[in-house]
Amino acid sequence: MPHDDPDHPHALLPPDPALRVKALETILTRKGLIDPAALDEIIDTYQNKIGPQNGARVVARAWIDPDFRKALLADATPVVADLGFYGRQGEHIVAVENTPDLHNMVVCTLCSCYPWPLLGIPPGWYKSDAYRARAAREPRKVLAEFGVTLPSETAVRVWDSTAEIRYLVLPMRPAGTEGLGEDDLAALVTRDCMIGTGLPKEPS
Amino acid sequence: MTRVHDMGGRFGDGPVRPKSDDEPVFAEDWHGRALAVTLAAGFLGKWNIDVSRHARERLSPKDYARFSYYEKWISSLADLLVESGVLTKEDFTGAASDDPHPLSARALKAESVAAALAKGGPADRPSDVPARFKIGQSVRTVHPAANRLVDGGHTRLPIYASGATGKVMRLHGTHVLPDANAHGFGEAPEPLYAVVFPASELWADPENPKDEVVLDLWQSYLEPA
Repeated sequence: MPHDDPDHPHALLPPDPALRVKALETILTRKGLIDPAALDEIIDTYQNKIGPQNGARVVARAWIDPDFRKALLADATPVVADLGFYGRQGEHIVAVENTPDLHNMVVCTLCSCYPWPLLGIPPGWYKSDAYRARAAREPRKVLAEFGVTLPSETAVRVWDSTAEIRYLVLPMRPAGTEGLGEDDLAALVTRDCMIGTGLPKEPS
Repeated sequence: MTRVHDMGGRFGDGPVRPKSDDEPVFAEDWHGRALAVTLAAGFLGKWNIDVSRHARERLSPKDYARFSYYEKWISSLADLLVESGVLTKEDFTGAASDDPHPLSARALKAESVAAALAKGGPADRPSDVPARFKIGQSVRTVHPAANRLVDGGHTRLPIYASGATGKVMRLHGTHVLPDANAHGFGEAPEPLYAVVFPASELWADPENPKDEVVLDLWQSYLEPA
Protein backbone atom coordinates (compact mmCIF):
# COMPACT_ATOMS: atom_id res chain seq x y z
CA MET A 1 0.00 0.00 0.00
CA PRO A 2 1.54 3.36 -0.94
CA HIS A 3 2.17 5.46 2.09
CA ASP A 4 2.51 9.20 1.72
CA ASP A 5 1.44 10.32 -1.73
CA PRO A 6 1.58 14.12 -1.79
CA ASP A 7 -0.78 14.00 -4.76
CA HIS A 8 -3.93 12.80 -2.99
CA PRO A 9 -6.46 11.44 -5.52
CA HIS A 10 -9.38 12.86 -3.49
CA ALA A 11 -8.39 16.32 -4.74
CA LEU A 12 -9.74 15.31 -8.17
CA LEU A 13 -13.29 15.07 -6.79
CA PRO A 14 -15.53 18.12 -6.18
CA PRO A 15 -14.46 20.08 -3.08
CA ASP A 16 -17.96 20.46 -1.66
CA PRO A 17 -18.37 17.43 0.66
CA ALA A 18 -21.96 16.61 -0.30
CA LEU A 19 -20.98 16.70 -3.99
CA ARG A 20 -17.83 14.72 -3.24
CA VAL A 21 -19.90 11.90 -1.71
CA LYS A 22 -22.37 12.07 -4.60
CA ALA A 23 -19.56 11.89 -7.18
CA LEU A 24 -18.00 8.86 -5.52
CA GLU A 25 -21.35 7.11 -5.13
CA THR A 26 -22.13 7.72 -8.80
CA ILE A 27 -18.79 6.39 -10.04
CA LEU A 28 -18.99 3.27 -7.84
CA THR A 29 -22.62 2.62 -8.78
CA ARG A 30 -21.95 2.91 -12.53
CA LYS A 31 -19.22 0.29 -12.18
CA GLY A 32 -21.48 -2.03 -10.23
CA LEU A 33 -19.30 -1.81 -7.10
CA ILE A 34 -22.00 -0.51 -4.80
CA ASP A 35 -25.76 -0.85 -4.81
CA PRO A 36 -27.64 2.35 -3.83
CA ALA A 37 -30.37 0.19 -2.24
CA ALA A 38 -27.71 -1.31 0.05
CA LEU A 39 -26.65 2.20 1.05
CA ASP A 40 -30.27 3.04 1.94
CA GLU A 41 -30.39 -0.11 4.05
CA ILE A 42 -27.16 0.78 5.92
CA ILE A 43 -28.47 4.29 6.65
CA ASP A 44 -31.83 2.94 7.81
CA THR A 45 -30.08 0.45 10.12
CA TYR A 46 -28.12 3.11 11.97
CA GLN A 47 -30.84 5.76 11.83
CA ASN A 48 -33.72 3.59 13.03
CA LYS A 49 -32.68 0.15 14.27
CA ILE A 50 -29.38 0.33 16.15
CA GLY A 51 -28.93 3.04 18.77
CA PRO A 52 -28.57 3.85 22.47
CA GLN A 53 -31.88 2.14 23.24
CA ASN A 54 -29.89 -1.11 22.95
CA GLY A 55 -27.35 -0.13 25.56
CA ALA A 56 -30.12 1.24 27.80
CA ARG A 57 -31.74 -2.19 27.76
CA VAL A 58 -28.46 -3.77 28.94
CA VAL A 59 -28.02 -1.23 31.74
CA ALA A 60 -31.61 -1.56 32.98
CA ARG A 61 -31.29 -5.35 33.02
CA ALA A 62 -28.03 -5.10 35.00
CA TRP A 63 -29.75 -2.86 37.54
CA ILE A 64 -32.50 -5.36 38.29
CA ASP A 65 -30.80 -8.72 37.75
CA PRO A 66 -27.68 -9.35 39.92
CA ASP A 67 -26.69 -12.50 38.00
CA PHE A 68 -26.92 -10.63 34.69
CA ARG A 69 -24.84 -7.77 36.12
CA LYS A 70 -22.20 -10.20 37.37
CA ALA A 71 -21.98 -11.96 34.01
CA LEU A 72 -21.91 -8.62 32.15
CA LEU A 73 -18.98 -7.34 34.20
CA ALA A 74 -17.12 -10.65 33.89
CA ASP A 75 -17.43 -11.04 30.09
CA ALA A 76 -19.87 -8.69 28.38
CA THR A 77 -19.58 -9.81 24.75
CA PRO A 78 -21.60 -13.07 24.99
CA VAL A 79 -24.03 -11.50 27.48
CA VAL A 80 -25.03 -8.61 25.19
CA ALA A 81 -24.93 -10.90 22.14
CA ASP A 82 -27.62 -13.00 23.85
CA LEU A 83 -29.82 -9.90 23.76
CA GLY A 84 -29.10 -9.59 20.03
CA PHE A 85 -26.47 -6.86 20.35
CA TYR A 86 -23.44 -7.95 18.38
CA GLY A 87 -21.84 -6.91 15.12
CA ARG A 88 -19.69 -4.33 13.46
CA GLN A 89 -17.72 -2.21 15.98
CA GLY A 90 -19.02 -4.30 18.86
CA GLU A 91 -17.15 -7.57 18.54
CA HIS A 92 -15.33 -7.22 21.86
CA ILE A 93 -17.34 -5.46 24.58
CA VAL A 94 -16.14 -4.67 28.09
CA ALA A 95 -18.59 -3.18 30.62
CA VAL A 96 -17.11 -0.94 33.33
CA GLU A 97 -19.09 -0.09 36.45
CA ASN A 98 -19.41 3.28 38.14
CA THR A 99 -19.34 3.32 41.95
CA PRO A 100 -19.26 6.12 44.52
CA ASP A 101 -15.45 5.79 44.42
CA LEU A 102 -14.92 5.50 40.67
CA HIS A 103 -16.42 7.18 37.60
CA ASN A 104 -15.62 5.74 34.17
CA MET A 105 -15.56 7.77 30.95
CA VAL A 106 -14.77 6.61 27.40
CA VAL A 107 -12.93 8.36 24.56
CA CYS A 108 -11.05 7.45 21.41
CA THR A 109 -8.23 9.97 21.11
CA LEU A 110 -6.89 8.51 17.85
CA CYS A 111 -10.14 8.27 15.86
CA SER A 112 -13.75 7.66 16.97
CA CYS A 113 -14.03 4.06 18.23
CA TYR A 114 -17.45 3.49 19.82
CA PRO A 115 -19.66 0.45 20.63
CA TRP A 116 -22.00 0.66 17.61
CA PRO A 117 -24.31 -2.31 18.39
CA LEU A 118 -25.03 -0.87 21.84
CA LEU A 119 -24.98 2.89 21.24
CA GLY A 120 -25.26 3.35 17.46
CA ILE A 121 -23.24 5.92 15.54
CA PRO A 122 -21.29 8.28 17.83
CA PRO A 123 -22.60 11.82 18.26
CA GLY A 124 -20.69 14.71 16.70
CA TRP A 125 -19.15 15.88 19.96
CA TYR A 126 -17.63 12.42 20.61
CA LYS A 127 -15.79 12.71 17.28
CA SER A 128 -14.81 16.35 17.80
CA ASP A 129 -11.20 17.47 18.20
CA ALA A 130 -12.12 19.12 21.52
CA TYR A 131 -13.39 15.87 23.10
CA ARG A 132 -10.61 13.72 21.64
CA ALA A 133 -7.93 16.17 22.75
CA ARG A 134 -9.25 16.93 26.23
CA ALA A 135 -11.12 13.92 27.65
CA ALA A 136 -8.01 12.07 28.82
CA ARG A 137 -6.16 15.12 30.18
CA GLU A 138 -8.95 17.10 31.84
CA PRO A 139 -11.99 14.85 32.17
CA ARG A 140 -13.45 16.88 35.04
CA LYS A 141 -13.49 20.09 33.01
CA VAL A 142 -15.08 18.20 30.13
CA LEU A 143 -17.66 16.67 32.49
CA ALA A 144 -18.50 20.16 33.75
CA GLU A 145 -19.34 21.13 30.16
CA PHE A 146 -21.89 18.29 30.27
CA GLY A 147 -23.24 19.63 33.56
CA VAL A 148 -21.66 16.86 35.64
CA THR A 149 -19.61 17.66 38.75
CA LEU A 150 -18.11 14.78 40.68
CA PRO A 151 -16.88 14.90 44.28
CA SER A 152 -13.10 15.07 44.54
CA GLU A 153 -13.17 11.75 46.44
CA THR A 154 -14.47 10.03 43.31
CA ALA A 155 -11.64 8.96 41.00
CA VAL A 156 -12.15 9.46 37.27
CA ARG A 157 -10.91 6.64 35.08
CA VAL A 158 -10.79 7.49 31.37
CA TRP A 159 -10.71 4.61 28.90
CA ASP A 160 -8.93 5.50 25.65
CA SER A 161 -10.24 2.99 23.08
CA THR A 162 -6.96 2.31 21.30
CA ALA A 163 -7.77 -1.27 20.18
CA GLU A 164 -10.91 -3.14 19.04
CA ILE A 165 -12.26 -3.40 22.60
CA ARG A 166 -15.41 -1.28 22.97
CA TYR A 167 -16.34 0.02 26.41
CA LEU A 168 -19.81 0.43 27.88
CA VAL A 169 -20.16 2.40 31.11
CA LEU A 170 -22.59 0.87 33.59
CA PRO A 171 -23.85 3.90 35.52
CA MET A 172 -25.08 3.81 39.12
CA ARG A 173 -28.80 3.21 39.49
CA PRO A 174 -30.50 6.46 40.52
CA ALA A 175 -32.05 6.69 43.98
CA GLY A 176 -35.82 6.41 44.18
CA THR A 177 -36.13 3.80 41.41
CA GLU A 178 -36.67 0.77 43.65
CA GLY A 179 -40.17 0.05 42.35
CA LEU A 180 -39.44 0.53 38.65
CA GLY A 181 -39.43 -2.26 36.08
CA GLU A 182 -36.96 -2.76 33.25
CA ASP A 183 -38.76 -0.56 30.69
CA ASP A 184 -39.12 2.36 33.08
CA LEU A 185 -35.49 2.03 34.14
CA ALA A 186 -34.29 1.88 30.52
CA ALA A 187 -36.07 5.20 29.90
CA LEU A 188 -33.75 6.82 32.47
CA VAL A 189 -30.58 5.61 30.75
CA THR A 190 -29.18 8.27 28.43
CA ARG A 191 -26.58 7.78 25.73
CA ASP A 192 -24.16 10.08 27.55
CA CYS A 193 -24.37 8.15 30.83
CA MET A 194 -23.21 5.02 28.95
CA ILE A 195 -20.20 6.97 27.58
CA GLY A 196 -19.55 8.38 31.04
CA THR A 197 -20.16 12.03 30.16
CA GLY A 198 -23.57 12.06 31.82
CA LEU A 199 -25.59 10.57 34.65
CA PRO A 200 -28.90 8.72 34.31
CA LYS A 201 -32.09 10.78 34.52
CA GLU A 202 -33.82 11.01 37.88
CA PRO A 203 -37.24 9.33 38.08
CA SER A 204 -40.06 11.84 37.70
CA MET B 1 7.29 11.03 14.66
CA THR B 2 3.67 11.98 14.91
CA ARG B 3 0.60 12.58 12.82
CA VAL B 4 -2.17 15.05 13.22
CA HIS B 5 -4.80 12.52 14.32
CA ASP B 6 -2.83 11.76 17.51
CA MET B 7 -4.36 14.63 19.47
CA GLY B 8 -4.89 13.22 22.99
CA GLY B 9 -3.81 15.84 25.54
CA ARG B 10 -3.55 18.67 23.00
CA PHE B 11 -4.34 22.21 24.16
CA GLY B 12 -6.37 24.86 22.39
CA ASP B 13 -9.41 23.05 20.99
CA GLY B 14 -11.99 24.95 23.04
CA PRO B 15 -15.10 23.60 24.74
CA VAL B 16 -16.90 20.34 23.98
CA ARG B 17 -20.41 21.10 22.76
CA PRO B 18 -22.79 18.39 24.01
CA LYS B 19 -25.98 17.63 22.13
CA SER B 20 -29.16 16.05 23.41
CA ASP B 21 -30.00 12.43 22.69
CA ASP B 22 -32.75 13.62 20.33
CA GLU B 23 -30.38 15.09 17.73
CA PRO B 24 -30.59 13.31 14.38
CA VAL B 25 -28.04 10.51 13.93
CA PHE B 26 -26.82 12.19 10.75
CA ALA B 27 -26.79 15.99 10.93
CA GLU B 28 -26.80 16.19 7.11
CA ASP B 29 -28.12 13.68 4.61
CA TRP B 30 -24.70 13.36 3.01
CA HIS B 31 -23.21 12.23 6.34
CA GLY B 32 -25.26 9.04 6.24
CA ARG B 33 -24.42 8.62 2.57
CA ALA B 34 -20.70 9.02 3.30
CA LEU B 35 -20.86 6.40 6.04
CA ALA B 36 -22.82 3.99 3.85
CA VAL B 37 -20.57 4.39 0.78
CA THR B 38 -17.51 3.84 2.99
CA LEU B 39 -18.93 0.69 4.61
CA ALA B 40 -20.20 -0.70 1.30
CA ALA B 41 -16.83 -0.11 -0.41
CA GLY B 42 -15.12 -1.86 2.50
CA PHE B 43 -17.11 -5.01 1.72
CA LEU B 44 -15.28 -5.25 -1.63
CA GLY B 45 -12.57 -6.78 0.56
CA LYS B 46 -9.62 -4.79 -0.78
CA TRP B 47 -8.50 -3.44 2.60
CA ASN B 48 -8.91 -4.02 6.32
CA ILE B 49 -9.88 -1.67 9.15
CA ASP B 50 -6.26 -0.82 9.97
CA VAL B 51 -5.54 0.15 6.37
CA SER B 52 -8.64 2.36 6.33
CA ARG B 53 -7.73 4.04 9.64
CA HIS B 54 -4.24 4.72 8.34
CA ALA B 55 -5.71 6.19 5.13
CA ARG B 56 -7.53 8.79 7.26
CA GLU B 57 -4.39 9.49 9.26
CA ARG B 58 -2.44 10.02 6.04
CA LEU B 59 -4.61 12.92 4.94
CA SER B 60 -2.31 15.93 4.92
CA PRO B 61 -2.37 17.76 8.28
CA LYS B 62 -3.96 20.72 6.54
CA ASP B 63 -6.79 18.57 5.14
CA TYR B 64 -7.24 16.63 8.38
CA ALA B 65 -7.69 19.86 10.33
CA ARG B 66 -10.07 21.56 7.90
CA PHE B 67 -12.18 18.54 6.88
CA SER B 68 -15.25 17.68 8.89
CA TYR B 69 -15.56 14.12 10.17
CA TYR B 70 -17.30 12.52 7.21
CA GLU B 71 -15.24 14.60 4.79
CA LYS B 72 -12.22 12.76 6.18
CA TRP B 73 -13.98 9.46 5.58
CA ILE B 74 -15.01 10.18 2.02
CA SER B 75 -11.69 11.75 1.02
CA SER B 76 -9.58 8.95 2.43
CA LEU B 77 -11.94 6.45 0.79
CA ALA B 78 -11.29 8.10 -2.57
CA ASP B 79 -7.55 7.83 -1.92
CA LEU B 80 -7.86 4.16 -0.89
CA LEU B 81 -9.91 3.23 -3.95
CA VAL B 82 -7.13 4.53 -6.20
CA GLU B 83 -4.24 3.17 -4.10
CA SER B 84 -5.79 -0.30 -3.98
CA GLY B 85 -6.37 -0.28 -7.73
CA VAL B 86 -10.16 -0.48 -7.54
CA LEU B 87 -10.48 2.84 -9.37
CA THR B 88 -8.10 5.02 -11.37
CA LYS B 89 -7.58 8.75 -11.27
CA GLU B 90 -9.21 8.81 -14.72
CA ASP B 91 -12.39 7.48 -13.11
CA PHE B 92 -12.46 10.64 -10.99
CA THR B 93 -11.99 12.95 -13.94
CA GLY B 94 -14.63 11.23 -16.07
CA ALA B 95 -12.15 9.93 -18.62
CA ALA B 96 -12.60 6.20 -17.87
CA SER B 97 -15.18 3.83 -19.32
CA ASP B 98 -18.27 2.61 -17.47
CA ASP B 99 -17.62 -1.06 -18.26
CA PRO B 100 -18.62 -3.46 -15.48
CA HIS B 101 -15.86 -3.77 -12.92
CA PRO B 102 -14.14 -7.14 -12.25
CA LEU B 103 -15.02 -6.77 -8.55
CA SER B 104 -18.71 -6.04 -9.18
CA ALA B 105 -19.72 -9.58 -8.12
CA ARG B 106 -18.57 -8.66 -4.61
CA ALA B 107 -20.83 -5.60 -4.33
CA LEU B 108 -22.91 -5.63 -1.15
CA LYS B 109 -26.59 -6.20 -1.92
CA ALA B 110 -29.42 -4.61 0.07
CA GLU B 111 -30.69 -7.99 1.23
CA SER B 112 -27.23 -8.87 2.63
CA VAL B 113 -26.73 -5.67 4.64
CA ALA B 114 -28.32 -6.81 7.92
CA ALA B 115 -26.34 -10.05 7.99
CA ALA B 116 -23.09 -8.37 6.96
CA LEU B 117 -23.33 -5.74 9.71
CA ALA B 118 -24.42 -8.29 12.30
CA LYS B 119 -21.49 -10.56 11.45
CA GLY B 120 -18.92 -7.94 12.43
CA GLY B 121 -15.19 -8.52 12.18
CA PRO B 122 -13.65 -9.81 15.39
CA ALA B 123 -9.99 -8.90 15.90
CA ASP B 124 -8.96 -11.73 18.23
CA ARG B 125 -6.89 -14.50 16.67
CA PRO B 126 -5.04 -17.55 17.93
CA SER B 127 -1.39 -16.69 18.49
CA ASP B 128 1.72 -18.54 19.56
CA VAL B 129 3.14 -15.39 21.15
CA PRO B 130 3.06 -16.10 24.91
CA ALA B 131 1.82 -13.43 27.31
CA ARG B 132 4.90 -11.76 28.78
CA PHE B 133 3.12 -9.72 31.45
CA LYS B 134 0.84 -10.60 34.37
CA ILE B 135 -2.12 -8.72 35.78
CA GLY B 136 -0.80 -6.16 38.27
CA GLN B 137 2.68 -6.06 36.77
CA SER B 138 4.35 -2.68 36.17
CA VAL B 139 5.07 -1.98 32.52
CA ARG B 140 6.48 0.95 30.57
CA THR B 141 5.38 1.90 27.08
CA VAL B 142 8.02 2.19 24.41
CA HIS B 143 9.40 5.59 23.59
CA PRO B 144 9.11 7.15 21.11
CA ALA B 145 5.62 6.05 20.04
CA ALA B 146 6.09 4.87 16.49
CA ASN B 147 5.46 2.03 14.09
CA ARG B 148 8.66 -0.05 14.24
CA LEU B 149 8.03 -1.70 10.84
CA VAL B 150 7.33 1.32 8.61
CA ASP B 151 8.59 4.84 9.21
CA GLY B 152 5.55 7.03 9.81
CA GLY B 153 3.35 3.93 9.73
CA HIS B 154 0.15 3.20 11.60
CA THR B 155 0.36 2.57 15.32
CA ARG B 156 -2.14 2.70 18.19
CA LEU B 157 0.17 3.93 20.93
CA PRO B 158 -0.75 7.60 21.37
CA ILE B 159 2.19 9.93 21.79
CA TYR B 160 0.85 11.20 25.15
CA ALA B 161 1.29 7.70 26.62
CA SER B 162 4.76 6.88 25.29
CA GLY B 163 7.49 6.23 27.84
CA ALA B 164 4.91 6.09 30.64
CA THR B 165 4.76 3.56 33.48
CA GLY B 166 1.49 1.85 34.36
CA LYS B 167 0.09 -1.43 35.59
CA VAL B 168 -1.49 -4.26 33.62
CA MET B 169 -5.21 -4.43 34.45
CA ARG B 170 -6.56 -6.99 32.00
CA LEU B 171 -5.38 -9.37 29.35
CA HIS B 172 -7.81 -9.16 26.42
CA GLY B 173 -6.44 -12.23 24.65
CA THR B 174 -4.40 -12.13 21.45
CA HIS B 175 -5.41 -9.58 18.82
CA VAL B 176 -4.40 -8.52 15.31
CA LEU B 177 -1.49 -6.05 15.50
CA PRO B 178 -2.48 -2.86 13.62
CA ASP B 179 1.15 -1.86 13.02
CA ALA B 180 1.56 -4.95 10.81
CA ASN B 181 -1.96 -5.30 9.44
CA ALA B 182 -2.11 -1.72 8.11
CA HIS B 183 0.92 -2.32 5.91
CA GLY B 184 0.47 -5.71 4.34
CA PHE B 185 2.62 -7.59 6.85
CA GLY B 186 -0.19 -9.90 7.93
CA GLU B 187 -2.18 -9.93 11.14
CA ALA B 188 0.73 -10.82 13.47
CA PRO B 189 -1.58 -11.39 16.47
CA GLU B 190 -0.08 -10.90 19.92
CA PRO B 191 -1.31 -10.35 23.51
CA LEU B 192 -3.35 -7.20 24.07
CA TYR B 193 -3.60 -5.65 27.53
CA ALA B 194 -5.56 -2.92 29.28
CA VAL B 195 -2.91 -0.88 31.08
CA VAL B 196 -3.83 1.72 33.71
CA PHE B 197 -1.74 4.86 34.19
CA PRO B 198 -2.02 7.43 36.99
CA ALA B 199 -2.95 10.78 35.43
CA SER B 200 0.21 12.20 37.05
CA GLU B 201 2.28 9.86 34.86
CA LEU B 202 0.83 11.40 31.69
CA TRP B 203 0.09 15.06 32.42
CA ALA B 204 2.14 17.86 34.00
CA ASP B 205 -0.89 19.22 35.86
CA PRO B 206 -3.43 16.44 36.48
CA GLU B 207 -6.86 17.50 37.73
CA ASN B 208 -6.99 15.09 40.67
CA PRO B 209 -4.34 12.75 42.15
CA LYS B 210 -6.84 9.86 42.05
CA ASP B 211 -7.54 10.08 38.32
CA GLU B 212 -6.36 7.42 35.88
CA VAL B 213 -6.26 6.70 32.15
CA VAL B 214 -6.52 3.19 30.72
CA LEU B 215 -5.25 2.30 27.26
CA ASP B 216 -5.43 -0.95 25.32
CA LEU B 217 -1.87 -1.76 24.35
CA TRP B 218 -0.26 -4.59 22.43
CA GLN B 219 2.57 -6.54 24.01
CA SER B 220 5.17 -5.10 21.61
CA TYR B 221 4.29 -1.59 22.84
CA LEU B 222 5.38 -2.57 26.35
CA GLU B 223 8.49 -3.44 28.33
CA PRO B 224 8.89 -4.44 31.98
CA ALA B 225 9.20 -1.42 34.27
